[in-house]
Amino acid sequence: MRHTLSILVENRFGELSRIVGLFSARGYNIESLTVAETLDPKISRMTLVTAGNDQTIEQITRQLEKQIRVIEAVDMTGFLHIEREMALINVSAEAGPARQEVVSLAGIFRAKVVDVSSDGIIVEATGDWAKVSALIELLKPLGIREIVRTGTVAITRLSERNAAQDVVQEIDEEMTV
Amino acid sequence: MAAILENKAVDDADARKIPMVMRGAQILCESLLREGVDTIFGYPGGAVLHIYDELHRMCGRLHHVLSRHEQGAIHMAEGYAKATGKVGVALVTSGPGATNAVTGIANAFMDSTPLVVISGQVPRKMIGTDAFQEADTVGITRPCTKYNYLVKDIRDLAEVIKEAFYIASSGRPGPVLVDIPKDVTAETAPFVYPDRVSLPGYRPGLRGSLKQVKRAVERICQARRPVLYVGGGVIHSNGSDELLELAERLSLPVTPTLMGLGCFPSGHPRSLGMLGMHGTYWANMAISDSDLIIALGVRFDDRVTGALDKFAPNAEIIHIDIDPTSVSKNVRAQIPIVGDAKSVVRQMLDLLPERACETSESRLADWWEQIQTWREYAPLAYKNSDQVIMPQYLIEELYGLTKGDAIIATDVGQHQMWLAQYYPFNGPRQSLTSGGLGTMGFGFPAALGAQIAFPNRQVIAFVGDGGFQMTAQELATAVQYKTNIKIIVMNNNYLGMVRQWQEIFYDGAYSHVNMEWLPDFVKLAEAYGAVGLRATRPDQLPGVLRRGLATPGVVVMDILVSEEASVYPMVPAGAGLKEMVLG
Repeated sequence: MRHTLSILVENRFGELSRIVGLFSARGYNIESLTVAETLDPKISRMTLVTAGNDQTIEQITRQLEKQIRVIEAVDMTGFLHIEREMALINVSAEAGPARQEVVSLAGIFRAKVVDVSSDGIIVEATGDWAKVSALIELLKPLGIREIVRTGTVAITRLSERNAAQDVVQEIDEEMTV
Repeated sequence: MAAILENKAVDDADARKIPMVMRGAQILCESLLREGVDTIFGYPGGAVLHIYDELHRMCGRLHHVLSRHEQGAIHMAEGYAKATGKVGVALVTSGPGATNAVTGIANAFMDSTPLVVISGQVPRKMIGTDAFQEADTVGITRPCTKYNYLVKDIRDLAEVIKEAFYIASSGRPGPVLVDIPKDVTAETAPFVYPDRVSLPGYRPGLRGSLKQVKRAVERICQARRPVLYVGGGVIHSNGSDELLELAERLSLPVTPTLMGLGCFPSGHPRSLGMLGMHGTYWANMAISDSDLIIALGVRFDDRVTGALDKFAPNAEIIHIDIDPTSVSKNVRAQIPIVGDAKSVVRQMLDLLPERACETSESRLADWWEQIQTWREYAPLAYKNSDQVIMPQYLIEELYGLTKGDAIIATDVGQHQMWLAQYYPFNGPRQSLTSGGLGTMGFGFPAALGAQIAFPNRQVIAFVGDGGFQMTAQELATAVQYKTNIKIIVMNNNYLGMVRQWQEIFYDGAYSHVNMEWLPDFVKLAEAYGAVGLRATRPDQLPGVLRRGLATPGVVVMDILVSEEASVYPMVPAGAGLKEMVLG
């Protein structure tokens, strides 16, 4: 099962490779990974998508938590949260029905056309992983030349904020107090 | 006296808030002194020249032990750390200095030994240019350190050293490496040693969750077939007294892991001896038939559990460990408790019901009777000989002369397992062995580190002929520092454990396990300026051991033992603990 892990880590050189190394050393695969600084530039947020059974994910989360510079590691999959990723999709579409088809599909998915040439279109699609993947599936028959995906970012819903904090605290109590 | 005055000068400067300006090398050395370091093990080279220059200027305020190979230096630091409970410190140069140190660092990582390893690095401007003696040391050591640093700014140096010692020694201990470019050690900066560290993501706790500890105590007071399975965590947390009290008050059987040897007195009536692949029959049977396992400072290593699906099928598990990633990693715990062994057992003792002692003794009477039956069914035994020295006999003789009070370090393999079986250690920090990584060549330098920490104690390196050859060069170190270390080479002319596996699992096809050419260990000792002795027959053994242990200085005892003796009992790899081969 896919799990989205959200990790707060001190923004220092070497930390990214330390975290990635945790996965490679245990033979776990990373499906996507995004990193950027938070409001506090000394702290970065990583959103990491991986697959595994519950026990594997629990072990990964604890291994992440154990890292000296990791402030928090949460498996978002357990909470109500919002996930987004962006894809830039280069589709071959000459003027005519093919181009119209791409434009209308993009419209349905609320994707934007960001570049057009005589024989192609670049579409910018935003959504969760499933939505972006669905659009890609529909565009495939039309001839996709290249895809660039950002990987998933995730944020907990406001209504879940407090609940999530409670759960984290409870886990903390069980595990470390 | 000079040392005290100089320290005072630094303190006075601190008091006036006018930090002294020092070069990086001096900041490093002063920081080490602030951490209470008195001895470091190292090997010089180009990238650490400024640091060695500083050591020279310090006129012995920091005692430096010159090893003959960086691996030796790290093992010495580990032996020193294991024997004293302090952080071991080693210093190596860049490139090959650091790569030679990697085996030692990985060993300390697997066995949770607190080390701070300082490595030199090429000057900052040359990093990444394939400079002479350059290696990506932080990259290479990242997976085998608890944490590591590349110091890119001299203003960070004191803080990094402070953090390194804190991280190495707190929580689940481990090695921390600090890589310092040569030009950083030459630059100057004001020296201010921080009082505290700021690590927002690192908060190792000691005490267990009260709710969980209460649940655990309730279960322990009801269990009919409980076993305390105890390991290195008890030693790291200095929790032996608490463990003894718990076992005695509740009449609990105690079985230590290899790393836990000595954390509970081996001769104690509640001790079952070691469990696992070469553990005692009754310890393994007790674990297998148990209804409650209290796992204390252990990690359910595969050499302990055997086949996981057959491990203690009817037992509930209370798992107490300081490392949350160890809990429920291999075997699911019903009552997980994250905390250090000493603190959690102390919490348990405080919660024990008043009459727990008496009720436990009667409740567990049947259980103890069962354990006694197992003990009598298959005691540890071997067939002695008057023709050839049996390894077990060698260890029994050694025990007779040292009474379980020696510090003994081993490598990995047959000699290590026999020692674990036949040498009942009295106390913690006496058994120094390579458990997790299983490093040949660990024992001798580790013993040397312990001997340097305790010059007046009886310290013995008990090693095989294979392992000894991997770090025998440290004989020069042992002699140079006028130590009294005794090296017993259990010489069976084979890589004994590999031979044993080839005998059992590969139809006796011995592939490259016979040491067809061995050096004359007596002459080798003499070449280094040590004393060499040899015993080839059982009747010579007691005399050689007695003479060897009594002779001052470094003594190598080459003991020729039975070539094809095997370690039993044994749980074959992949089998359950109950499926022991008794030999």
